[in-house]
Amino acid sequence: MSFPLLTVTTVVPAVGAILTAALPPATNTRSRDRNKVVPLAFSLATLVLACVAIARFQPHGARFQLTENHSWISQFGIGYSVGVDGIAVVLILLTTVLVPFVMLASWHDADPVVDDSGTFERNRRTQGFFALILAVEAMVVLSFEATDVFLFYVFFEAMLIPMYFLIGGFGDRTKGEDAKQRSYAAVKFLLYNLLGGLVMLAAVIGLYTKTHTFDLVSITTSLQNGTLHFSPVVENALFLGFMFAFAVKAPLWPLHTWLPNAMGEATAGVAVLITAVVDKVGTYAMLRFCLQLFPQASKTFAPAILVLSVIGIIYGALLAVGQKDIKRLVAYASISHFGFIILGIFALTSQGQSGATLYMVNHGVSTAAWLLVAGFLMSRRGSRLIADYGGVQKVAPVLAGTFLIGGLAILSLPGLGPFVSEFLVLVGTFERYPALGIVATAGIVLAALYVLVLYQRTMTGPVKPGNEAVGDLKARELVVVAPLIALLLVLGIYPKPITDIVNPSVNQTLSQVGRTDPAPHVVNAIGGGQ
Amino acid sequence: MDNLIPVLVAVPLLGAALLLCGGRRLDRVGHLLGTLLAFASFGVGLALFFSMLGRATDQRPIHDHLFTWIPVNGFQAEVGFQLDQLSMTFVLLITGVGSLIHLYSIGYMAHDEKRRRFFGYLNLFLAAMLLLVLADNYLLLYVGWEGVGLASYLLIGFWQHKPSAATAAKKAFLVNRVGDVGLSIAVMLMFTTFGTFAFTPVFAHASQATQATLTGIGLMLLLAACGKSAQVPLQSWLGDAMEGPTPVSALIHAATMVTAGVYLITRSSAIFNLAPTAQLATVVVGAVTLLFGAIIGCAKDDIKKALAGSTMSQIGYMVLAAGLGPIGYVFAIMHLVTHGFFKAGLFLGAGSVMHGMNDEVDMRKYGGLRKYMPLTFVTFGLGYLAIIGFPGLSGFFSKDKIIEAAFAHGGTEGWILGTCAMVGAAVTAFYMTRVMLMTFFGERRWVDDAEGNQPHPHESPAVMGIPMVILAFGSVLAGGLFSINSSFVNWLSPVTGYEEGHSPLSTTEVTTGTMVVLVLGVGVAWLMYGRRPVPAVPPLGSLLTRAARRDLLQDDFNHVVLVSGGSHLTRFLVYLEGRGLDGLVNGIAALVGGTSGRVRRVQNGYVRSYALSMFGGALVLVATTLLMRAVA
Repeated sequence: MSFPLLTVTTVVPAVGAILTAALPPATNTRSRDRNKVVPLAFSLATLVLACVAIARFQPHGARFQLTENHSWISQFGIGYSVGVDGIAVVLILLTTVLVPFVMLASWHDADPVVDDSGTFERNRRTQGFFALILAVEAMVVLSFEATDVFLFYVFFEAMLIPMYFLIGGFGDRTKGEDAKQRSYAAVKFLLYNLLGGLVMLAAVIGLYTKTHTFDLVSITTSLQNGTLHFSPVVENALFLGFMFAFAVKAPLWPLHTWLPNAMGEATAGVAVLITAVVDKVGTYAMLRFCLQLFPQASKTFAPAILVLSVIGIIYGALLAVGQKDIKRLVAYASISHFGFIILGIFALTSQGQSGATLYMVNHGVSTAAWLLVAGFLMSRRGSRLIADYGGVQKVAPVLAGTFLIGGLAILSLPGLGPFVSEFLVLVGTFERYPALGIVATAGIVLAALYVLVLYQRTMTGPVKPGNEAVGDLKARELVVVAPLIALLLVLGIYPKPITDIVNPSVNQTLSQVGRTDPAPHVVNAIGGGQ
Repeated sequence: MDNLIPVLVAVPLLGAALLLCGGRRLDRVGHLLGTLLAFASFGVGLALFFSMLGRATDQRPIHDHLFTWIPVNGFQAEVGFQLDQLSMTFVLLITGVGSLIHLYSIGYMAHDEKRRRFFGYLNLFLAAMLLLVLADNYLLLYVGWEGVGLASYLLIGFWQHKPSAATAAKKAFLVNRVGDVGLSIAVMLMFTTFGTFAFTPVFAHASQATQATLTGIGLMLLLAACGKSAQVPLQSWLGDAMEGPTPVSALIHAATMVTAGVYLITRSSAIFNLAPTAQLATVVVGAVTLLFGAIIGCAKDDIKKALAGSTMSQIGYMVLAAGLGPIGYVFAIMHLVTHGFFKAGLFLGAGSVMHGMNDEVDMRKYGGLRKYMPLTFVTFGLGYLAIIGFPGLSGFFSKDKIIEAAFAHGGTEGWILGTCAMVGAAVTAFYMTRVMLMTFFGERRWVDDAEGNQPHPHESPAVMGIPMVILAFGSVLAGGLFSINSSFVNWLSPVTGYEEGHSPLSTTEVTTGTMVVLVLGVGVAWLMYGRRPVPAVPPLGSLLTRAARRDLLQDDFNHVVLVSGGSHLTRFLVYLEGRGLDGLVNGIAALVGGTSGRVRRVQNGYVRSYALSMFGGALVLVATTLLMRAVA
């Protein structure tokens, strides 16, 4: 039996979470730092494993690779089956890249309270925080790997628990009414996703009654060779059950309202974890489960979902413009971007889907860069209100500069990663649904508006009272930001290594759905069509 | 030789990277390094130019493919360069005039603490613009296109501590973004039509596309051009862009940025030639803008804003010419080059005046400066004579050709366009004479600045003077040189195509006409501003004057329709967002067992109940499947 690489990739952060949680409370700065270095080391080890996985992945090889299959609850055909295709392996890499940055950026977010005499408050707050992040990482990675519907469902749902504690337990509002706000956000997050999960559970059961297995590969194989057939009513119902859960998590308009609360109340690092990592499971699952299990229903519902996506693009952007709170602004920007991702998935063209996959990567990296720098700024003032800032570029030019670059990535400036994916999504949509493609382009104007307005209000003009002492980025913060910016440049200038891995998987998905790209109108212009 | 093309872009890009990331240790040499790299790029451009001259006409265009950028099924975006006569012309203009502006900025920005950053942005501007004109496909062109937008954003807002500068920069970027949407839709249309967006195959197969598609592509390209080239209706950013340091205005108005739209239309001639509706829209935009800008130019007391109106108007001439098709492309580009010389000279001259006048921009507070700034007076004066089309100078050759081509368009349209262009020439003569008289003639109307410093007008240092002199030479000679043996037409026509127009008026008649309107314009200006003293407080003026002072109400329109409408919509949506769905969910939450108010600690009942429900869910799953098994 070969080395179970994928299992190890998810077990390492899980073990890391347990070990970190078990570390004794800090009594001095040294033990405090130890409690943070241990989880960081585990996240870096996971990153190395993900790099090995992507190196061993053969883009033109089998559909699922590095597979492991074990019977789990054989009575019900539930298996521990994992495997990755090009899309999953890229998203695992994204997750494992971002988690160490999130940890480093959140370095002091959960430090133990030290009283005047220098005594450390004895609790496991710090360890808890980092252990929860590792737990989320382990579950997200396993969700990307799972090729068993039930296995996926379990971890898709289970990750809500550590996320709930991360949102509800840590953040800048700790007292009185403010703390209630935070709890409200955490509960809202949980209720929304729980509702989605319950609907999905019903669909999962429904699926089993038809297939008598949870194994994705055997279900799709039976679908393709005709031994399995859903009646349209059943297929539509099951599709909607799955899609509802994923649309809550992604989130798709109008199921998005939990996100601004959650991201607004969470620390900047946790907010990045929500939008850049956890939510990607939702969009990924649309590609993996909705399209592959229910190809006919996907085609039936695609137009409706596309319309919702376009509404989300415009609506999210407009609300971002109207926000007074930096973190909520970023949250609404993310809602707009999730609209683009879902648009790319359900346009059912290879440009759209490759674009959507790249978009998940780029959105993760660009939001991390933008929001983490914003988080550094907010940690200096303890305020997240835009109105409290002004003229920061004068006192902290590097902070302002990196914030601008992050923002330029968010508004999809060519040369940075998000441009590539956004353009692919737009082209992929336009070739099948020109009107929707054109409406969606309005999103690129609005993105420029919310990004530049935020920059102008916080960074330019005379230095606003209270900002005189805002210091520039420290070494640790630069270590977080500089690689993310470098990554955005690489993804913008040479995305070929990623697209080469993703393209074959996108082709296979589309052939399962039974959709081919529309041919150019002037056929054989250069033989560049299909 | 061919593989020198990427070097053209790489050199200033390297400069930008070094200067922006290099930190304070480069503060002392940053401006020299930036200028040196700009000149190095110009040197490479010259080498490529002479190499191109040495080849036969059909051998002149060269290509250089670097790497595959975005490969997705059926969608191949390449990073490849194409250098033909059209790009070559732009390369020399961008790097040549750009380098002179770099040189000038050494003096102009000498006392600015962020000078290193300024030169980094200037280098970035050159790199983006070079990428724009050297790309061999529309998507790579788009990268340069938005890169130019970014560089202009950074430079217009260079003095970020001034709220007005920050606002102007944001406005420029946003208005340009609207144009960029046009470009991206055009690229998407090309992709769905031809399966590619590279120049060569698109142009080769353009004739196979439907009329509707070509018109659509043409109109979208025109929208893009309107944004970048500040043409009606996307012109409103240009006046505000004067918030940037004056060398930036010279760079934006002469060598880069606003010329991009004219380049785009000329480059896409194969599409426009087959889309008469798009061409008609182009000439209308050009004609409207050339008058629009000229009228604004007449009313401004701010010397830079008067020149900005003039740029809008002159670019209008170029867009008009480009919209005329093969009879106009060559002259659009020729006017673009001559305009590059004299407009850069005029802006640098204006900067020199401001430099000597405590950064005062109000021409009503100038007067009689010719004695104190003789060099600026002479170089600015030559630029002035060139722009109004004084016989023998650059503008005379290029602008007259455009007026002639407009008449040659034929029919009623030709007469209307020709008349617009002719009227525009008269107004140009008027407002430029006005600028000249208010600044350099008449009595001194100087006032102390805010800190009570008396202005001591003085000539600028040599590092600023030399670029002004060189540009003045260009303003005088370029047009004539280009016209000897139709050298410019012969040079460019293999790329853009050229047809002799059949004007209802002979060349002599057109020239006579333009001379009459020129004298008329200058004469009226002299009557108003030369013969009698200029009042220090602007007179109330007619309704038109007052509207023109407010940029013909463009901002008022935008404000009412877009800004205030948009902010109402946004506020309304924010209001709704808090209710609507959330209200429903809060209701459910209350139903499930407790509102947020009851939640005190993290360890609350929710998680237990959640875990319970998951467990319950799993039980249901097991039970159901067992049941199904039993039944089946």
